[in-house]
Amino acid sequence: MATDVITIQQLDKHFGDLHVLKEVSLMVQSGEVVVLFGRSGSGKSTLLRCINFLEEPSSGVIQVGDLRVEVGPALRARREKIRQIRERCGMVFQEFNLFPHLTVLENVIEAPCTVKGEAREKASKRAMVLLERVGLAEKAKEYPIRLSGGQKQRVAIARALAMEPDIMLFDEPTSALDPELIGEVLAAMRDLARDGMTMIVVTHEMGFAREVANRMVFMHEGQLVEEGPPSQIIGSPADERTRRFLEAVL
Amino acid sequence: MASVPITVRRARDALEARTARVPYRVKLALVWVVIFVVLAVLFLSYGFDTDFMLEWAPFILGGTGITLLVSVCSIVLATVLALIGALARLSKNPVINGVASLYVSAIRGTPLILQITFVFLAFPQFARFAPTYMEGAFLLPAIPAGILALGVNYGAYMTEIFRAGVQSVGHGQIEAAHALAMSPTQTTRRIILPQAVRLVIPPTGNEFIAMLKDSALVSFIGVSELFFRASKVGQQNFRAMETLIVAAAMYWLVTSVFSYFQAKLERKMARGYVRETSHGH
Repeated sequence: MATDVITIQQLDKHFGDLHVLKEVSLMVQSGEVVVLFGRSGSGKSTLLRCINFLEEPSSGVIQVGDLRVEVGPALRARREKIRQIRERCGMVFQEFNLFPHLTVLENVIEAPCTVKGEAREKASKRAMVLLERVGLAEKAKEYPIRLSGGQKQRVAIARALAMEPDIMLFDEPTSALDPELIGEVLAAMRDLARDGMTMIVVTHEMGFAREVANRMVFMHEGQLVEEGPPSQIIGSPADERTRRFLEAVL
Repeated sequence: MASVPITVRRARDALEARTARVPYRVKLALVWVVIFVVLAVLFLSYGFDTDFMLEWAPFILGGTGITLLVSVCSIVLATVLALIGALARLSKNPVINGVASLYVSAIRGTPLILQITFVFLAFPQFARFAPTYMEGAFLLPAIPAGILALGVNYGAYMTEIFRAGVQSVGHGQIEAAHALAMSPTQTTRRIILPQAVRLVIPPTGNEFIAMLKDSALVSFIGVSELFFRASKVGQQNFRAMETLIVAAAMYWLVTSVFSYFQAKLERKMARGYVRETSHGH
């Protein structure tokens, strides 16, 4: 029944002399919530950003659903496949990256209207439902500058959902937030997970991971060191490096 | 400061104390008025011909329309060229980027007055080689020639302004657009340019104010604008003081008016980017 929606094979990424990802392979099944964690600089964000090609891998294969992209020159057909992968993967950034010149509602309908050619009215109706869901319907006409960090991040989640993605990628979604605002963002993510959304989350929020993740993956120096269900990873990590990291953050 | 005599210092302190309630802006204005009065008295007592000035003022000021026409048309042309130039300068295509960088370099490396003269006097030499229906394009009358030269010149400088504007839109914005499956063209049109435009409107206003003054250079190819009229009438009657002051006053007035509106526009453009603390809209 469960199908792999994301398959990453033998992924390598170099930044100049720096070898950030070392032959990383990972499969994620439909409806799974995977938490990627590890020290900063361990390559977890880079791995996430390779999935929708915000970073171009140095070698390896990315497959999202039936879209398979190998490393190669940016030819038209390949670019189109990458674009389709991006349609299927919503992404939420650490720094929100809302469009400051657009209102909250305009932020949410921008991609459906521009990319999918959806009518503004129809897109707006769907957007209002999404904003309702993240608890921000009354802020639809505000500009992002007037929102708190937590509100911005919830808008960013609604904006990504507006493209009706199969997968949501979260790149440290609460790291730029004041502590008292983290909860509202995690609640929105928990809600998504409960609805069966496939999610890959890079985060240091071990409480969230324990509660929501199906699987936790520990990364260290560009490699996947250890993975398993949260009870196992947090309760009795097998690898010394995982144990040391968890001791530091918990 | 120690060298200021004690009596002067005392007098200054006394004056400061007595005028402490007068707003600073009023004091500034007062200084201006005093300078104007002193200059006026000086001019009048040294044979300044007010009657001559008043007689010719309408004719000279009649050139204001042409000054404005040339400036407005040129800034529009410059804006279009700068937008194309900026996008070309940011292109990874070596041909497109090469053409744009050569344009910017050549224009910025040569005098504006030479460029104006070039369009007016050198272009007609090409007309011989052009097909007859194209000849008109090389035999430009003075006003279109002046507009073309000013527009092309300012376009080169503004290319760099626009390029900086586009580049100052954060990388996160581009990533967010890409992650939403927007194409590079859609990202530029919908996300980068609208944000860049806000950033470049104030400096473009400054360019326009500079253009109002540089437009005087088209007088060299015989365009009968404000400065041309003032200098011609002044030279012919040996009354350059009177005529140039008329023209100068007009330039000053026009640039002051536009500076005022430009400052207002700048404040308005900041909205949506500056958090309004007091009350919503």
